Amino acid sequence: MEIGLTHFLIISGILFSLGLFGIATRKNAIMVLMSMELILNSANINFIAFSRFGGFNMEGQIAALFVIILAAAEVAVALAIVLNIYQNYHHVNVDEINKLKG
Amino acid sequence: MTPEMLLNLSIVILLIPVLDFAFLIFFGKKLGRASGFIGTSVLGIDLILALIVAFVRLTQYPNETMQQYKFDWINLGNTSVTLGIGIDNLTAIMLIVVTLISFLVHLFSMEYMREDSRFSRFYAYLGLFTFSMLGIVIANNFLNMFIFWELVGVSSYLLIGFWYEKDSAANAGKKAFIVNRIGDLGFLIGLMIIYSTYGTFIFEDVFGKIHAGILPFNSGFWLTLMGILVFGGAIGKSAQFPLHVWLPDAMEGPTPVSALIHAATMVAAGVYLTARVYPMFTADALLFIAYIGALTAFIAATIAITQIDFKRVLAYSTVSQLGYMVMGLGVGAFTSGFMHLVTHAWFKALLFLASGSVIHAMHHSMHKAHNHDMDPQDIRNMGGLRKTMPITYITFLFATIAISGIPLTSGFLSKDGILAGTLAFGELSGHWFIPIAGFGAAAITAFYMFRLTIIAFHGKPKTSIAEHTHENNGFITIPLIVLAVLSFWFFYSMNPLNPDEGWFHQRTQAPQSAVPASLMWNFMNPEKEINANENINVSNNSSHIISNELNKTGIPAFLVTHTLASQPKVETEFKETLHHAHVPAMILSLIVAISGMILSFVYYQFKVYDPDSIVNLYPWLYKGSFNKWFFDEIYQATFINGTIGLAKVGAWFDFNVIDGIVNFTATIGRGLGHITGIFDFHVIDGLVNLSAKISGWLGTALRKPQSGTIQAYLVLTVLGLVVLILLFI
Repeated sequence: MEIGLTHFLIISGILFSLGLFGIATRKNAIMVLMSMELILNSANINFIAFSRFGGFNMEGQIAALFVIILAAAEVAVALAIVLNIYQNYHHVNVDEINKLKG
Repeated sequence: MTPEMLLNLSIVILLIPVLDFAFLIFFGKKLGRASGFIGTSVLGIDLILALIVAFVRLTQYPNETMQQYKFDWINLGNTSVTLGIGIDNLTAIMLIVVTLISFLVHLFSMEYMREDSRFSRFYAYLGLFTFSMLGIVIANNFLNMFIFWELVGVSSYLLIGFWYEKDSAANAGKKAFIVNRIGDLGFLIGLMIIYSTYGTFIFEDVFGKIHAGILPFNSGFWLTLMGILVFGGAIGKSAQFPLHVWLPDAMEGPTPVSALIHAATMVAAGVYLTARVYPMFTADALLFIAYIGALTAFIAATIAITQIDFKRVLAYSTVSQLGYMVMGLGVGAFTSGFMHLVTHAWFKALLFLASGSVIHAMHHSMHKAHNHDMDPQDIRNMGGLRKTMPITYITFLFATIAISGIPLTSGFLSKDGILAGTLAFGELSGHWFIPIAGFGAAAITAFYMFRLTIIAFHGKPKTSIAEHTHENNGFITIPLIVLAVLSFWFFYSMNPLNPDEGWFHQRTQAPQSAVPASLMWNFMNPEKEINANENINVSNNSSHIISNELNKTGIPAFLVTHTLASQPKVETEFKETLHHAHVPAMILSLIVAISGMILSFVYYQFKVYDPDSIVNLYPWLYKGSFNKWFFDEIYQATFINGTIGLAKVGAWFDFNVIDGIVNFTATIGRGLGHITGIFDFHVIDGLVNLSAKISGWLGTALRKPQSGTIQAYLVLTVLGLVVLILLFI
């Protein structure tokens, strides 16, 4: 069986759904961040798959590289925030961090 | 001097006192006593100008008709109101009277009002009064006259109430003003009839149109009524019966004011008005005027007998003499009536100023004795002033003789003429009441004037205050002397017994009556007598003049003039009878005057009989006279209480009916308001609250998903996206 575009897209869809599920259900901020990484990576798979099968040249791969860099930067900032939250609350449960709620 | 210059000069005479008034009212307080000097010297200039104007008019143009300026004041479509000023012989003489007396009073007040705190205000008011009086004098139309007539009323009010701290003075001012208004109402209605009928206010145009046969409402009755209504103004201003009650009360004002306004000038304005509009009076109107004058002369004289206040005696004497003037005009003795105005002005001003001199001296004496309870005007506190105040006494005596009508005085010339007129009138018309009242009043006048002189000046001082009085200084005595000199006969006529040939009579001949012959007294109708004498020349001459004027102006002008008697004189039956009545009247008036005088000496000087014996004999007569025949009480009971009663009825009506209606509508409004209030509360507010509640519920419902949990939002977003995808793809 030839592995084609559809397989990649299915993988990417599963990965995206898992990420979304993780974001929606995990209470730990670290877990939410990890789920976001899943979603970003599913997007990367899409980029590369379309670059390989969609008749595009190198643009997809370059965009994927950009996303990886963006994800690294985002994780750096987000982990710093999470660290600060931990220092204040001594936990990182996102649904309990509600001091700004009116 | 040209007529234009004459008119311009008289405008200057008119305006000088009003400038004086304006200046003193604004800067008087700073000037203090200097304002008196300013006022007096300004009036001195005015007097000189008036003398020039009068001299020129009376010597250069004695035969001219009224010289006048006219200008349109208001133009409304086809109608216009014309005003103007005019000078004729009457005006010229009145100019001297007003300015001279005003000047002397200014001079007198320098001393009399010296200590008053509102000294400059007093002079300002005097200036205003002089202005308004001059305005009346030089008016050539009814409207001008009415305007200044009211101004005179205002300045009189201000001056009577000058010492307004005293309630009596404030009330007297109000009384004078209100009583005057009653007469003025008649005047105003008369003016309305004149304007609606003739469309003009100018004297000569009105008289010309009457002469041409235009009558108000085409009826002689209305012409008579018009005359009487206009004369109503004179009844008020000249204090004629039944509106004479204000004048005695007006004595609350300062004495110089009494001399200027309430003796010499303002009260004479009514007489002047009557003389000025003389041609428009019908026989009935003249009879009315004569009766009013006679009644006034007699009633006021009887009141004057028993008064004990120095100034009140003089006040009633003034009312009585004004009655004489009006009576003289009413019976047709025009010249004597007007002459009495002038001669009376001198000697009555003198009497008042002399009384002011006495009061001033009494005040000073009281001040020195530290006595502040005595009434300085009560003649029972005087006596013996002959010795302490010789100049005042002698001048006062002159005036007394003049007012009593003793020969060699001015009063004799004019009074005798009036009495002769009443005799002739009585003979021709059969109204004998008028001469009887006239002669009766003459006797009483002599009696009460000598009574006053004797009680106040003769005998021994009745109080120590009177004993220690002193003659006043020149400010007071000089005006007295000037006026005393003017009470001699030779100023008016060289013949002390008959003034007919004197300049005064020559220049103030009665104007021709303008009313139709059927409304004239038969015996005053010149046509009738002319035809009888076959004196066609005169008749031709006068009709010639009238037709000439007719051609020039389109409306028949009427000659309102007082021509020299040397001109072809219009002879009437009345004039002839008057001529014959002259000697009997003279003898009769002398008899009554001297008997009044002797009676007075018998009772008060030599005390042959005690005056109390008569009082005890006829107590009701004494009481009636002492209480002024209860005029004030009668008016209080009828008109004043009637007015108050009417006001109360009106107030009751207002309170119960008008207020009732108003309150009823208010109740209805309130009821309606209540109903709409209920509607508002329950329906409108209900709707508003309902929408608010719905919003509230919605808000509560929508708040639930807004949990703040990002993960929930995310799930919802994804679900929404899924739904959208399912829906649209």
